[in-house]
Amino acid sequence: MAPAQDVIHNIGYRNYAGARLGRAYARRALFSQSLRGAYGLGRSAKSKVLPMTLFGVMCVPAAIMVAVTVTAKLSKLPLEYTRYAIVLQAVIGLFLAAQAPQSVSRDLRFKTIPLYFSRPIERVDYVVAKFAAMASALFVLTATPLLILYVGALLAKLDFAAQTKGFAQGLVSVVLLSFLFAGLGLVVAALTPRRGFGVAGVIALLMISYGAVSTLQAIALDRDTTDAIAWFGLFSPVTVVDGVQTAFLSATSAFPGHHGPSTGQGVVYLAVLLALIAGSYGLLMRRYRKAGL
Amino acid sequence: MYHPTVARLTYRGLLGRRRALVLFALPALLLVISAVLRVFVGADDDTARNVLGGFALATMVPLIGVVAGTGAIGPEIDDGSVVYLLAKPVKRHTVILTKLIVAIGVTVALSAIPTLIAGYLLNGNSQQIAVAYAAAAAIASVAYSAIFLLLGTVTRHAVVAGLVYALVWESLFGSLIAGARTLSVQQWALALAQRIGADGAVTAEVGLPVALTLLVAVTVGATWFAGHKLRTLSIAGEE
Repeated sequence: MAPAQDVIHNIGYRNYAGARLGRAYARRALFSQSLRGAYGLGRSAKSKVLPMTLFGVMCVPAAIMVAVTVTAKLSKLPLEYTRYAIVLQAVIGLFLAAQAPQSVSRDLRFKTIPLYFSRPIERVDYVVAKFAAMASALFVLTATPLLILYVGALLAKLDFAAQTKGFAQGLVSVVLLSFLFAGLGLVVAALTPRRGFGVAGVIALLMISYGAVSTLQAIALDRDTTDAIAWFGLFSPVTVVDGVQTAFLSATSAFPGHHGPSTGQGVVYLAVLLALIAGSYGLLMRRYRKAGL
Repeated sequence: MYHPTVARLTYRGLLGRRRALVLFALPALLLVISAVLRVFVGADDDTARNVLGGFALATMVPLIGVVAGTGAIGPEIDDGSVVYLLAKPVKRHTVILTKLIVAIGVTVALSAIPTLIAGYLLNGNSQQIAVAYAAAAAIASVAYSAIFLLLGTVTRHAVVAGLVYALVWESLFGSLIAGARTLSVQQWALALAQRIGADGAVTAEVGLPVALTLLVAVTVGATWFAGHKLRTLSIAGEE
């Protein structure tokens, strides 16, 4: 074909004529990239060390419990399914603190946010993809040890119906925990482009609220004002999850003296939990209204 | 050994804009809790010990130490702007020492002073509990600042590493293995508190001479090593 008359130099640029994969594809890609990134997959070996170590630390106690159950022929698991994540909350907190800023802070710092939004995705796609990826990463972290426990319990020939029920309750509780933690972690991490401050912010939110709540609960137990214990629990993410599963998922409360919330209080706990998840989604949407600035 | 410009930049980096929020939120929470407890529970030595020992010294001081200690140098190394500082004719040890002084100042101001006020709020310094815990918080701040400043020069994951030390080592191993308690900044600080407080008001696992020796050794050692690391620092790209 002869070059067009009005072209001085034709150096062979061509338009893209292939298929346009569209918004849904971009959203899925962002989701899978963020989920893989949370475990360091597709990133350098150095950035795999921390998430994989924490994942291992999360699973090892479950494996040990299974081994103990099988060899000592116990009639039930040493730890309830619903209790597992509460006992290992420090590991979950560290994972979230390390990986939530990794997921969002660097996009802010290197100003890649405007590049995302020059693609067919919208603000809601970015927020939903990051939220879902972080929640899924936390779910993998918290549900895998439960699966180990469940398989181990079945191998040890424990009661099938009871174990399945406990496992299902545990799964519901870690789903709630994953969404709650992911939301809170991302909100804090998205505030700052500095990863270090994001890490400190997330851990401060989790540990300080937990430290304050358990100190207050311990004092309330000392003073025999046991009604107050359940109400204090509303002020820390872990204790909110604990309260919900105590009220609705027949878990034993980790509160001092096992003074968990009653069913009535449990409704308040559930409302607070859902409000926190919805609120963190709303805050993230607000945060990215002026993205990259 | 002290460089005012470096100090000013570090101070601005630590307390500039939103970063101060994390640092100010913790002492504010401690004071609110203390005030609420005083109103609803009244003055009580056990409550004061629970709050000051369990919350202030065990949770708040290490966290502020992590944020201030790593925040004094970590972000600069992380975003590479530390090269502009290192290119100036200032000794690396001077840089570290200046940053350490700022970090200590911030940590002491934000942990020891609120602890003292909280102690007075909780029980009016009966049995010297307020002064004892405030002194412990101050001396722990010095050691934590030095340790976490060193971590900031050693690893990019300084905050996480610092938290692992503060949470896993001091709380978990400290409660499981008796020997680990000897190697815990918290216990060294408690040894000082034990000396200041009335008899039996505060209990520590370590004797005072050992504690002070270890504190000084760790602080000096960490500071020197941090200066050494800064002399041989290689600026790596973002992983």
